[in-house]
Amino acid sequence: MSRLRTFGRFWWDFVVGDDWRVAAGVLVALVATKLLTSSGVNAWWLLPAAVVLLLAASLWRAAGKSAAR
Amino acid sequence: MSSTIILFLAVFAASAVEAVEALTIVLAVGVVRGWRSTLIGVGAASLVLAAVVAALGPALTHVPISSLRLVVGALLLAFGLQWLRKAILRASGFMAQRDEAIAFERERAEAGAAASHGASSMDWYSFTVAFKGVLLEGLEVAFIVVTFGSTQGHLGLAIAAAVAAAVLVVVVGVIVRGPLARVPENALKYAVGVLLTSFGTFWGAEGAGVDWPGGDVAILGVIGFVLASAFALTWLLRRRRVEMRLSVEQA
Repeated sequence: MSRLRTFGRFWWDFVVGDDWRVAAGVLVALVATKLLTSSGVNAWWLLPAAVVLLLAASLWRAAGKSAAR
Repeated sequence: MSSTIILFLAVFAASAVEAVEALTIVLAVGVVRGWRSTLIGVGAASLVLAAVVAALGPALTHVPISSLRLVVGALLLAFGLQWLRKAILRASGFMAQRDEAIAFERERAEAGAAASHGASSMDWYSFTVAFKGVLLEGLEVAFIVVTFGSTQGHLGLAIAAAVAAAVLVVVVGVIVRGPLARVPENALKYAVGVLLTSFGTFWGAEGAGVDWPGGDVAILGVIGFVLASAFALTWLLRRRRVEMRLSVEQA
C-alpha cells in the first residue's frame, strides 16, 4: 500500500507539482475554452489570459509564504 | 518550419539542463566510489528511458490529433507552468539559484559517508544513486520528447535533439572532469519553462477547438506573450522583494 502511495505521490509531484491550484485552473480554463468553441465562440484568447493569471496568483502565494518564513 | 526548429531547440535545451543535473550526480558518485557500478546504473536507467519513449511515442501517434493535443496541452501546461514558476522565483530571488558546484559537493559528501560495499563486486549504493539520478532527470526529458514529438509528428527529431544534448553534456563533462557549473542552467530553465508553457497553451487551445489567428504562425505570438508576461512577473516580484526587505529593515 505504501509503495502504491509513493508511486502515486511521485506522479502527482511530477505533473501537478507544488501548487495544485495551477493544474486545477488549467483544467477549468480548457473546459471553458471547449464550451465556448462548442457554442461558436473562437475563444483563442482565453487560455493565454488564464495561464498568465494562474501563474501570477501562484507566484504571489509563493512569495507571500517565503516572506512569512 | 519555424515550429519544427522551436521544437528541436526546446527539447535540446530541456535535455541539456536535465543532463547537466544528472551528470553532477553521476560524477560525484563515480569519483568517490568508483565507476563500474555507477556506469551500470547509468546504463540501466538509460535502457528504461529508451523503453518508455519506444513504448509511448509510437502509441500516441495512433490517438486522434485533436484529443492528443487537448491531453498533451493540458499536461504540458501543468508541467511547463511548474518549470516557469520555479524559474521566476529563482530569477526574482525568492528561491535559491541551482548551483552545480554546490550540488556536486553535497552528493560527494553523501557518497563518501555511505557504507562501503566491502568485498562485493557490485556497489549497490553507486548503482542506485546513479540509476535514480539518471531516471528521475531523464523522465522529464522522456515526457517532453514524447509529448512534443507525437503532437508535432516529429518523434525522431525530438529523440535526436534529446540524444544530441545528452551526448554534448557528457563529452563536455568528460573533458572538464567536473560538474558543469558554468552552464547558464537557470536561464535555460527559464527559457524551457516559457517554451513548454507556450506549446501547452497552443496545443491545449487547438485541442479544445480553437482556430488560432494566423494558423501555426500564432505559436510565435504565444511564445512572445508568455515571455513578456514572465519578464513582467519577474520584475514585479523583484520589486516586491525589495519592498519586503525595506519594510523589515524599517521595522
